[in-house]
Amino acid sequence: MIRLEKRPTPSRAWIIGAPILAVILTMIAGGLMFAILGQDPVESIRVIFLDPLFDERFAAFSRPQLLVKAGPLILIAIGLSLGFRAGIWNIGAEGQYIIGAICGAGFGLAFYPSENLLIFPGMIIAGALGGWAWAMIPAILKTRFRTNEILVSLLLVYVAEAILAQAATGFLRNPEGAGFPGSRNLARHPGTDNPEIIAGSGMHWGVLAAFIAVIAAYVLLNRHLLGYQIKLAGEAPRAARFAGVNPTRLIILCLGVSGALAGMAGLFEVAGPAGQISIDFNSGYGFTAIIVAFLGRLHPVGILLAGLLLALTFIGGELAQLMLGVPAPAIQAFQGMLLFFLLALDVLSNYRLRWKTAEVAS
Amino acid sequence: MTALLTIDGLTKAYPGVVANDDVSFEIQPGEVHALLGENGAGKSTLVKMIYGLVKPDSGRMTFKGAAYTPPEPRAARAAGVAMVFQHFSLFEALSVAENVALGMEDPPKPRDLAARIREVSETYGLPLDPDRLVGDLSAGERQRVEIIRCLLQDPKLLIMDEPTSVLTPQEVEILFHTLRKLSEEGTAILYISHKLEEIRALCDEATILRLGKVVATCTPREVTAAHMAELMVGKSLAAPARDEAEPGEILLKVAGLSLEPATPFGTPLRHIGFEVRAGEVLGIGGVAGNGQDELLAALSGEALTAHGAIQFKGEPIGDVPPNARRVLGILCAPEERLGHAAAPDMSLTENAVLTARLRRGLDRSGFLDWSGAKSYAETVIERFDVRTPGPDVAARALSGGNLQKYVIGREILQDPDVLVVNQPTWGVDASAAAAIRQAILDLAQGGAAVVCISQDLDELLEVSDRFCALNEGRLSAPRPARGLSMEEIGLMLGGAHDMHEADMEAAHDPA
Repeated sequence: MIRLEKRPTPSRAWIIGAPILAVILTMIAGGLMFAILGQDPVESIRVIFLDPLFDERFAAFSRPQLLVKAGPLILIAIGLSLGFRAGIWNIGAEGQYIIGAICGAGFGLAFYPSENLLIFPGMIIAGALGGWAWAMIPAILKTRFRTNEILVSLLLVYVAEAILAQAATGFLRNPEGAGFPGSRNLARHPGTDNPEIIAGSGMHWGVLAAFIAVIAAYVLLNRHLLGYQIKLAGEAPRAARFAGVNPTRLIILCLGVSGALAGMAGLFEVAGPAGQISIDFNSGYGFTAIIVAFLGRLHPVGILLAGLLLALTFIGGELAQLMLGVPAPAIQAFQGMLLFFLLALDVLSNYRLRWKTAEVAS
Repeated sequence: MTALLTIDGLTKAYPGVVANDDVSFEIQPGEVHALLGENGAGKSTLVKMIYGLVKPDSGRMTFKGAAYTPPEPRAARAAGVAMVFQHFSLFEALSVAENVALGMEDPPKPRDLAARIREVSETYGLPLDPDRLVGDLSAGERQRVEIIRCLLQDPKLLIMDEPTSVLTPQEVEILFHTLRKLSEEGTAILYISHKLEEIRALCDEATILRLGKVVATCTPREVTAAHMAELMVGKSLAAPARDEAEPGEILLKVAGLSLEPATPFGTPLRHIGFEVRAGEVLGIGGVAGNGQDELLAALSGEALTAHGAIQFKGEPIGDVPPNARRVLGILCAPEERLGHAAAPDMSLTENAVLTARLRRGLDRSGFLDWSGAKSYAETVIERFDVRTPGPDVAARALSGGNLQKYVIGREILQDPDVLVVNQPTWGVDASAAAAIRQAILDLAQGGAAVVCISQDLDELLEVSDRFCALNEGRLSAPRPARGLSMEEIGLMLGGAHDMHEADMEAAHDPA
């Protein structure tokens, strides 16, 4: 019988080793699944993991996509991870992302057709403020009336979606769009566009912001008092109060930061890859970022890697459907396997396995 | 006479430690047998094996003449072994009878059960009303629920793990009376404790464990407590020493402190008032759950009170938050080591920052000075003899005694003017406890005012200059600790009359 035994201190080797083992196990289990489906397992794995980066035919398109898709995931997940560390559960990043996009786009469109260089920075700030304000609703309700932030933030996603539909068909609709829903195209207008910093790399301003957020979060959590208080509040709330941490301030701060980063991500998306406010420009990044945050073990570097990995499986999965005709549910099952193995092996960093004989000397 | 339970060469190893090494002894029917040892000596592991919670690696047990290998507690109970744990497993929102029924294999009808509970409680002198909510009971009454739950199974062997740690002296007497009656009726009792006088008063035989091995057996009535202590610790212990000194100015003054509890089963504080002078240790006794946690929270600043209810050197600080109080010089060490005084998964270095940041300057405008924190943690480890591989180890990896030394040391080495400690040696082995008490006395000697909240009356009499009792959130008037008898203390703890008079006075006092 296998038994789990708690380690006195978490194993450093396994914290790094577990994700690598998980990817290998996913390749084996996924390969088996593809083999049963009648595909060549080695080729399938290659198409998913390697071709998006290295195949000459696809890499030119899919390599930039990696950053385009990973950027917002990482930016949102970094914000969420701060709250999650402190035991503050913002599940509504999707809503903050949408409201940020609407506010940022609205700011840019208000000056249309000006091409002033200050407009784009203003849009970023407006986006961050929009996301922040949307996150302040659950924050204030929680601190004032002890409502549950999980429910409030989640339900506000659906309110945000309704506002988005109204924006796309009403107050932000393109006046020259022949009545079609959707705003003016921000990406095709100098002054409001979020261009690639290096052409052909996929590296737009939002990706840069994500990298900066990773570094800032790392410094915050490892060097700064605030990061220490966040970790303390999550691990031992009573000890945190004893250490003088103000829970109200921490809730406002964590929800505010995650909302602002999600709002910024929304603005970068709508002014860049998406191009315009449309009814469904949001593609669930706010929810996927929750997975990214946990996959990265709420650690900034882990989130960076998890965001890239998840983006890769999305792109590779699409490629496998296209090239090999692998059915879409198989790809989703494959992604599910990856998450399963990553989270299941996580237990090894805190526990060790013991093979125990069932028989006991009597 | 054949032995009721024979234990022969039981061995149980955990990674890195042999909890029990070739342990053998016998218990006769009707015998009260003491199992004595420091924390970590292997007492708990041993009784868990007897109760079927842990399987031995090797060795043999015989119960009532037959081989005995309980695979789980249910089998142990069926064989006639019952156990009262140190930590109760009771539901506060359910009644006594409902709690008893939950622990039974097939409980009788509620009315019959209530009658049975009344019958057993009368027979054994354990007054208990089956209809009361457990949440309203004192610790002593809760223990009676556990004991009656065991007695209803008609056990041949009753295991009691540190039963008196939560009881007043009077309640201890009641318990001993019950245990003696059980013993006369032929029920054997395995009594785990490190309180030597109790063992001398109650037990027929004692087996002494040290580091997992049986180091001695003795008949407690025939030897001195000091002798048993030496056997238990392996060396002679020095009682804490101090010089007499005149107390100085009043550093901490509490007057008319009332506080509603933060949780439904918390205890409200009622008109608490006391003063502590420089160089003085004020001992606050009382059974756990009578407002100790709440009092510590009010003094540490975790729970804010009326502006003037607490004064430091004459300045009202009742509504000042924890860190500002630390800057002033008021430091606290809460009872719960893991999760309150220290974060379990954080390293000792990180835990140094928890309370010592401001007084030891462990940050520069918000950026933490980890090397400074590490060297402070190392200082605490060295000065307080904390046994750990180093400051990078997680707090939860330390034994209770070592972590407690670390927590107390972390506060004391910050040179507090006022130190408040709650249960400073709870669950701590004898040598670590002696070191902690000495450190508390040394601190007071150096001119600090110390408030020591504890359930351990021997400890309080040892360290305090004045003694008062906390009972249901009310504090008795302090009395000089010297010359106080156990009888008087017991009356103070039980909520004697003069406490209510003091309370009335406080209620009429306009301050």
